[in-house]
Amino acid sequence: MSAPMIEVRGLSVGFTGRSGATLPVLRDIDLTVAPGESLGLVGESGSGKSTLALAAMGYLKRGLRRLEGSALYRGEDMFAKSRSELEAVRGGKLALIPQNSGQSLTPTLRIGAQLGEALRLHAGLPADRHRARVLELLGQVRLPDPEAIFDRFPHELSGGQQQRAAIAMALAGTPDALLLDEPTTGLDVTTQAHILELLREIAAERGMAMVYVSHDLGAIVRVCDRVAVMYAGEIVLQGSVRQVLKAPAHPYARGLLASIPRLSDPALPVALGGRPPAPGQAGAGCAFVDRCAIAQPRCRTEHPALTPLASGDAVRCHFPAEAQTLPIAGQGTASDDARGEAPVLTLDDLSISYSRPGLLDRLMGRAAAVPTVDDVALTVRRGETLGLVGESGSGKSTILKTVAGLLGAAGGEIRFEDTPLPGVVEQRRPDQLRRIQLVFQNPDDSLNPRQTVAEILEQPLKLYFGLSGQALLDRSTEILERVRLGAHYLDRLPGQLSGGEKQRVAIARAFAAQPDLVLCDEVTSALDVSVQAAVLDLLDELQRTQGTTYVFVSHDLAVVRALSDRVAVLYQGRLCEVGPSDKVYGLPSHPYTEVLLGAVLEPDPDVAPRLTADDVVELSPPARGCAFQRRCPRKLGAVCETDTPPWHMGAGGHAVRCHIDLADLAAAQAPAQDAVKKA
Amino acid sequence: MTDAPATPAPARARALSRWGGVLRDVMSRPSGAIGLTLVVFHVVLAIVSPWIVPYDYRAMDATLMLKGPSALHWLGTDHLGRDVLTRTLMGGREALLITGIATPIAVAWGGLLGIWFGLVGGRADEVLMRVVDAFLSLPWILKMLVLIVTFGTGIEVLIPTLAFFYGIPVIRIARAATHDVVARDFVSAARARGHGRITIIRKELLPNVLDALMVEGAMRWSWMLLAFSSLSFLGFGVSPPTPDWGLMIADARGFMSFAPWGVLGPVIALSSLIIGINLTADALAKALGLDRAQKAPV
Repeated sequence: MSAPMIEVRGLSVGFTGRSGATLPVLRDIDLTVAPGESLGLVGESGSGKSTLALAAMGYLKRGLRRLEGSALYRGEDMFAKSRSELEAVRGGKLALIPQNSGQSLTPTLRIGAQLGEALRLHAGLPADRHRARVLELLGQVRLPDPEAIFDRFPHELSGGQQQRAAIAMALAGTPDALLLDEPTTGLDVTTQAHILELLREIAAERGMAMVYVSHDLGAIVRVCDRVAVMYAGEIVLQGSVRQVLKAPAHPYARGLLASIPRLSDPALPVALGGRPPAPGQAGAGCAFVDRCAIAQPRCRTEHPALTPLASGDAVRCHFPAEAQTLPIAGQGTASDDARGEAPVLTLDDLSISYSRPGLLDRLMGRAAAVPTVDDVALTVRRGETLGLVGESGSGKSTILKTVAGLLGAAGGEIRFEDTPLPGVVEQRRPDQLRRIQLVFQNPDDSLNPRQTVAEILEQPLKLYFGLSGQALLDRSTEILERVRLGAHYLDRLPGQLSGGEKQRVAIARAFAAQPDLVLCDEVTSALDVSVQAAVLDLLDELQRTQGTTYVFVSHDLAVVRALSDRVAVLYQGRLCEVGPSDKVYGLPSHPYTEVLLGAVLEPDPDVAPRLTADDVVELSPPARGCAFQRRCPRKLGAVCETDTPPWHMGAGGHAVRCHIDLADLAAAQAPAQDAVKKA
Repeated sequence: MTDAPATPAPARARALSRWGGVLRDVMSRPSGAIGLTLVVFHVVLAIVSPWIVPYDYRAMDATLMLKGPSALHWLGTDHLGRDVLTRTLMGGREALLITGIATPIAVAWGGLLGIWFGLVGGRADEVLMRVVDAFLSLPWILKMLVLIVTFGTGIEVLIPTLAFFYGIPVIRIARAATHDVVARDFVSAARARGHGRITIIRKELLPNVLDALMVEGAMRWSWMLLAFSSLSFLGFGVSPPTPDWGLMIADARGFMSFAPWGVLGPVIALSSLIIGINLTADALAKALGLDRAQKAPV
């Protein structure tokens, strides 16, 4: 093997805490990345993976300092370099692609000018050759029509296109090492899959060394050769992707794998209990000991060293052989509950429009804009979970807000049980308000930072049940215990809770109203994967004990599969497919569902995504015909552009809205499915 | 859970402990420590000055007109032979009393109106904001003089006048801060539960807008002091012989070329108070995390 491109030796990084003690964020890190190799860094938030990637280019966030060790690039210590020496290397030969590229591009500079700037600084090309080189770079990142993109501003590009432009910028200095910090987090599934394929191809073409930071093992598996699993600032497991994903020798890695919901498995994932120690809180022994299923007395007193194993990987565990016995796949219970037939919620031909025709439009006789959500008819039965999936902009959250009464509908009807539900909260009866509750995506935003947990829970309890004094306190405690938190949480503020605890409080607040219908809007997407599993498990338990009905919105198809009984697929505010989960996730599918399922990244080196449609973002739905006509890989022709497709009914209430009938869809899709099975 | 159910700390006690923490944070910053010391010094001085000053502020002495600093008169005497030190030490009393009452009134009415319209929005909000804009575009001294000329001077006119004018910019700040909070999901959650507007303002908005209002209040206070001193300077504030910095500067400025000590005392006193308030407001904004440039180290 040639000399390593990036090498980190015994690196420790820390900061000074309030007490004056030095608290480590990274502890004794060793890693090497050879040219042409890509290393994935994976771990929960706070594990130090981003800090490590930045430290590899000699950069530390304000307040952090290097305690010992070195970070070498081509054999030279980045921490020993002067500012001007660092500037010569960073962004040129050693480039970073950050998570949110929309924010890393200068909003007032056209794409061509930004890339030209990077060329001027790092490539040393004469100015007259910049344009040609920029166009070449834009082509290399597979941006359609580089000439047009050249003259655009960042805000005129979609999220995926911005990320591609950021990659092009990183490539401008012809780097030989690339650091990627969650480059696809926050992008739609299809876009994410396309960007990962692009990174894979670029890495293979150029033989660069890559360090890829992500919390998502499904993404890591697509681009990396080796993986380092980080926990509490340490590398706890390092090895080939196949070894780490198929037979990891560390209990934490096994727990992490088991907590990932899989598309192939309808069961709930298994949560990894507890939380990682805060910096400086890890004791003398193993940092993972409090969460470990196979912990022994020795693990509390003796810190395990990173030990090479016969299989070629290295593990920081005293008992790697015992660890191999822990499960790595979800063995949780399938979410299967008794459901009634009585409909709780019925949406009848619902349409929602953000833009209302102004006075001028009406006077001029201009047509109103095409509604954001249109022609949505759904029935949710008592005790079941309806999953609502689609990419961003598909209108899934908009539908939830309308059902919750926060947004008025433009047309159609919402019925709750048998009575029509008035459009906005101000017109609804207190009883109707109580029985429909909403849980939001981000608990940081849905919990008032100035209210204690007691005050948060008191809101619905006072409003709906008029509780006060001891009765209020007893009931609050009872509800907290039901979401597996205790009474000692009552006087805490949201800022003193972890992400998972906050979301539990938000769920507790919704369940305090004793609702019949709970609307869940991406409730797990802001959480770590192990915490996500615990929240899904909690939601499932609450449903089984309370008989609550859920509408569960998510962009993550595997999460929806784990929790839902029935699934509805939305594209551009129009329904494509509705049916029982196993039917929707099986064949035949609507072509859009097929595209979505194909783009899902499974944490399995043997399953590759199938990319069948472009990741073009559409800003508004077409006025006529099928909503998916512009991206459809199975488009028939003019009929898709002119006629609204009919619903084809299959077995068990499965319905697909397409001009192709179910038998033809099944026939066309079966070969692709077989190919995957064989591989 | 093993813990005994802890009774939640009463909201009032918790709020006090938070402000205690904020106060410690303000004092730990150089700007806050200097600023708050200056402000407290001036307030204490205003309260105790009648008992500690060396002379009667009214005592005139024709033999001592415009005399320079001496052992008996540290800051010299003015054109009527009165002790400048005595008058400087007492010159902030009226200003602090009037602005000290008018500032909370201004923040309260401007803040509540701003929060209400920030929450309700719609056409009424648009109209109100255009009125506020139009109002703010006129020179403040002109507006104030019109009112004072119409209703006369005196504490009973000055307090409502200052409270009225300085409440108007607070509407804007409160409305902007409310807009930031209203966009957050916890307000949507309260709406979806069916809470009324008053409850939403009291429980969800006010606690989150209060920080911005505190900082704005401190800034308004310093502006109001300047305005009051300017009015005194023009002869519309306190009436002689009551000592007041603005009035003293107006009286002494004619002799500035040969008796500069007459303006020096009140100028230093007034500017140190205003600088003190501004430094405190600055440190308060940082302590409350309203200063966007300020970031946590890790």
